[in-house]
Amino acid sequence: MKKTMYEKIWDSHLVIEVPGQAPLIYVDRHLMHEVTSPQAFEGLRLSGRKVRNPHSILATMDHCVPTKDRDLPIADPIARKQIEVMAENCRENGLNLYDMKNPNNGVIHVVVPEHGFVHPGMVVVCGDSHTATHGAFGALAFGIGTSEVEHVMATQTLPQKKSKTMLVQVNGKLSRYSSAKDIALAIIGKIGTAGGTGHVIEYAGEAIKDLTMEGRMTLCNMAIEAGARAGLIAPDEKTYEYLKGREFAPKGASWDQAMAYWQSLPSDEGAVFDTVITLNAEEIEPQVSWGTSPEQVIGVNGTVPSPDSFDNEGKRKACESALAYMGLTPDTKITDIPIDLVFIGSCTNGRIEDFRIAAEVTKGTKVAPGVKAIAVPGSYHVKHQAEAEGLDKIFLDAGWEWRDPGCSMCLAMNGDELTKGQRSASTSNRNFEGRQGKGGRTHLVSPAMAAAAAAAGHFVDIRKL
Amino acid sequence: MEPYKKHESIAALMNRSNVDTDQIIPKQFLKKVERSGFGAHLFHDWRFNDDGSDNPDFELNKPVFKDAKILVVGDNFGCGSSREHAPWAIADYGFNTIISTSYADIFYNNCFKNGILPIVVSAEQLDKLMAEINANEGVKFVVDLENKQVTTPAGNGFSFEIDPFRQGNLLSGLDDIGLTLIHEDKITAYEQQHKQTYPWLWV
Ligand code: SF4
Repeated sequence: MKKTMYEKIWDSHLVIEVPGQAPLIYVDRHLMHEVTSPQAFEGLRLSGRKVRNPHSILATMDHCVPTKDRDLPIADPIARKQIEVMAENCRENGLNLYDMKNPNNGVIHVVVPEHGFVHPGMVVVCGDSHTATHGAFGALAFGIGTSEVEHVMATQTLPQKKSKTMLVQVNGKLSRYSSAKDIALAIIGKIGTAGGTGHVIEYAGEAIKDLTMEGRMTLCNMAIEAGARAGLIAPDEKTYEYLKGREFAPKGASWDQAMAYWQSLPSDEGAVFDTVITLNAEEIEPQVSWGTSPEQVIGVNGTVPSPDSFDNEGKRKACESALAYMGLTPDTKITDIPIDLVFIGSCTNGRIEDFRIAAEVTKGTKVAPGVKAIAVPGSYHVKHQAEAEGLDKIFLDAGWEWRDPGCSMCLAMNGDELTKGQRSASTSNRNFEGRQGKGGRTHLVSPAMAAAAAAAGHFVDIRKL
Repeated sequence: MEPYKKHESIAALMNRSNVDTDQIIPKQFLKKVERSGFGAHLFHDWRFNDDGSDNPDFELNKPVFKDAKILVVGDNFGCGSSREHAPWAIADYGFNTIISTSYADIFYNNCFKNGILPIVVSAEQLDKLMAEINANEGVKFVVDLENKQVTTPAGNGFSFEIDPFRQGNLLSGLDDIGLTLIHEDKITAYEQQHKQTYPWLWV
């Protein structure tokens, strides 16, 4: 039988199927951060159980870490406690932790690929919904809850229902300045945030092949916003090239053995998907979200829609309440929306190429009066690489802040946040009410679009600069 | 998880419907790093006055209900977010049994993971139980999970339905992890083969 990549990974990780229960699948890699793991460790302790395979775990601190003045004690007592408990749990269980002071520290989904910890064909979990990022390597990667974190630590397995498969085929070539982020937003705009529910998405087509590994991570990262369990991209030469030589990548004879396995992973020619969606990359403009759900998104040359333009009652209502929250009126041109703050960072767009393109747009500009712009690298490695290329200077000269790595304004848990009514251009992944601070208004965009907005004080079509 | 044994316990009454997880455990407590200790915050906003003192009007603050293990509540208990903190708080407070006409799905599933038996009864049956508690506060019910029976002094006993698999797990005290570890030999065998096939993952 012809199989999809998802089915191949599933079949090779099936440990046991018991009638009446969900099948048990094996987990190769378990990623951890300070917010969703403490109760799982406590559960283990209370039941007298042990971490089964400590080597399968890589941990970081990212959600509540400060992105400036790291030498000072953390002001928020709860955040401080989470950091301390994480360090203690990792020490006690012999786990590899990149703590706040470690040169490898950063956002979990940025750090893990940097060290080659995830390979094609693996099953990867993390108590974090953006685990789907690692699908860029052809690994089945998905987010889990706290009791599942405990379950995986104790058993290295997880009871799972098998998902349906969806093929998202993106044909043609992206225009210059449209990016992986714009593909991700355009897909969600097309299928909606429930479009991928119950599915694992495989992204394919010329535009996907053309993406760099960083771009593929950006795309898979947002599979979750399309409602999917996970996103996947078939491994190819770019994948192998990226992995080669990294700390946890196979070496020597193992490399050849691994390659043979990796090359067997792509979906068989003619394999059948439950759902197929097709997009044309040439038609994908730079995207800007206008509402409080990632599906409320439009091309930069569009206008804010009116509730009446939706034929579905639910969507009409959602539009109405989003416009009220966002303080927007229908038919406003997207390029006329003024912004107060710009954030470039997060596990969606906090990698080196994101800062390269943003710096290219920023070079020689100044942040518009009244606008605050912050650049938060996804990891110390990204930060140092950018500094080696002189990108930090470009941002600083233009009036940006250049920070230490962390999740920062992606979820506003560390004190970096919007105040009520403030409006951001943000390269993160969620524009939910209050996500970036109570009453804050988030517009999701690509790094290039964010940089252009910082200089102009409102959204602009970067293709016209 | 403790095995669920037949017990005779005080039944506390909270005649409220649609109690959601935000009321069961308000969100200011979710940032805790512990899993235990949530019982102290169960129904926090109802249970305590603004100055932190006990609210005497809140049902569970009645001294007769202090040692209750059974919670009798109105329809659709546990709706709202999927947070696992809600059953943690209930179990930590000391309840091991809930009686209602209906529960939110995720909450219902999470109960079993935490040694809590959520019993479903008809609206008519619930009315009788509530009347009995109101007439005789501090009354004890006997819950016999093995025989799926509840008995009460006033003769309002009934039998209930429960998925046999879940019933068995509660009785034996097996949590999800325990259930998986029944197959530990299969996991170990899988790992042996995994080491042969993907040796580079084990270095
Ligand atoms: S950057 Fe945002 S989405 Fe990514 S792990 Fe951090 S909080 Fe989650």
